[in-house]
Amino acid sequence: MSKRAMSNPGGGKTGPILLIVGVIILAWYAGAVYLNTPWQIEVFERAGQDWTASELVAETWSQKRPVLPSPHQVFADLYKSVFTYKITSKRSLLYHAGVTASSTLLGFLFGSLLGIVLAVGIVHNRTLDHSLLPWVITSQTIPILAIAPMIIVVLGAIGLKGLIPKAIISTYLCFFPVTIGMVKGLRSPDPLASDLMRTYSATRRQTFWKLRLPCSTPFLFTSLKIAAASSLVGAIVGELPTGAQAGIGARLLAGSYYGQTVQIWSALIMGSLMAALFVSLIAFTEKRVVGRMGLRR
Amino acid sequence: MTEDAVAVVEIKGLGLTFETADAPVHALSGIDLTIGKGDFVSFIGPSGCGKTTLMRVIADLETPTSGALTVNGMTPGEARRQRAYGYVFQAPALYPWRNVLRNVTLPLEIMGMAPEARRVRALKHLELVDLVGFEKKYPWQLSGGMQQRVSIARALSFEPELLLMDEPFGALDEITRDHLNEQLLRLWEKTKKTVVFVTHSIPEATYLSSRIVVMSPRPGRIIDIIDCNLPPDRGLDIRETPEFLAIAHRVREGLRAGHDE
Repeated sequence: MSKRAMSNPGGGKTGPILLIVGVIILAWYAGAVYLNTPWQIEVFERAGQDWTASELVAETWSQKRPVLPSPHQVFADLYKSVFTYKITSKRSLLYHAGVTASSTLLGFLFGSLLGIVLAVGIVHNRTLDHSLLPWVITSQTIPILAIAPMIIVVLGAIGLKGLIPKAIISTYLCFFPVTIGMVKGLRSPDPLASDLMRTYSATRRQTFWKLRLPCSTPFLFTSLKIAAASSLVGAIVGELPTGAQAGIGARLLAGSYYGQTVQIWSALIMGSLMAALFVSLIAFTEKRVVGRMGLRR
Repeated sequence: MTEDAVAVVEIKGLGLTFETADAPVHALSGIDLTIGKGDFVSFIGPSGCGKTTLMRVIADLETPTSGALTVNGMTPGEARRQRAYGYVFQAPALYPWRNVLRNVTLPLEIMGMAPEARRVRALKHLELVDLVGFEKKYPWQLSGGMQQRVSIARALSFEPELLLMDEPFGALDEITRDHLNEQLLRLWEKTKKTVVFVTHSIPEATYLSSRIVVMSPRPGRIIDIIDCNLPPDRGLDIRETPEFLAIAHRVREGLRAGHDE
């Protein structure tokens, strides 16, 4: 029974998901009417124009700079900025998504590696455990918005510009869940499994590769999923202080400078699509790896 | 069996006290015991009598606080580093990400044996515990009894002369347990290993052992050592015979005496 459910994980989920999407879109349209009405009434009054309820609703869904753009406006903008420009054009949303994706991926790579290395150190060395872990936790209490501009400025002063500083901000955000998850994972072998290694008088290195690391794999993937989402946030935040040159962050900032709410929303949606894609890629890898390891959960 | 009198394990005046937050716990006290080559010695006693602790001391998983102990004439630490014993735990403790074959080859990998030799050796011991054809299965695909047999094959795989078994069949149903007892006895006859076996089942201890060590709790100490000279080719039917019942009776008396004190 449970086997069958596992072999078809998506089965029966589509209906509820579509229902939720429908509810959100309805609420969105209603919200657009509610939030855009005051301005629309002002416009009608200034023009000395009479208006009906249906005219009001139609207008609130098609303003040029609405407080809350309606879904079809956002998707029209998304379509236009994705499909009607060359990918190398600065007006193409895909170009900006690509810029953000590259610093996200680089930051994720750095962050995961750093996270794993720190965790291995913390687990194997009592001094590191006591000295490093508090700093790792403290590092996350500093708001990233405060520290991001300083990273850009400091790295800029030593000649690092462009991709690397943004990737480092995203590293800063995403190493943390990996460290915490891996420390827990590397410490997760049960006492008998560890005793067994001791009866073989296995070296620490052998215990690490043959017991601790495989034990930590499920923890690692959970952490990587969190880190993937954080690294995207880090990359976007990293694009803000550079004066909005390129990237999803730049689109958000430019959009708010010029009151282009539609552009902000389409950038937001592009950002969340990227995060969803990234996280599901990791989930897919997890399934393959865990399956290959013979672990069933 | 004790006549050849080559001591595999020699224990003199051994004690172990755990320092806990409120009061020290005397887990073992005044233990004297010699285990000869080829012996099958069972430690029997109620829960908390220190029988598992005594076994862990032999395996160098715990350190005694007083007394002397040698394994193969060495300290337990040296013996452990020379891989003098195979340990079978209460739970199978198989690594779930390794299939049966790779669980059995685990100690051989650690000891640096070449891949092909590992395979041959593992298959030989899987045959000994009657698990040929299950090499590719993962632990979760096996029953509890089969998992414990894999763990026995794993302990045997590097061919230690001493086998330490800590209530290996404690979690199994009685039918499976009987069956594995019979298999273990045949295995012992075939391989001539020295076995130290922890149990709290009187029939199991009587059926399997050449000597039974009866222990009492708080502090854990030995109150009786019983030689059993049941015929080596015995089957499970022997449990109905007067000789068997006499030994079982003496074990029960010993346990009761330890309990009443």
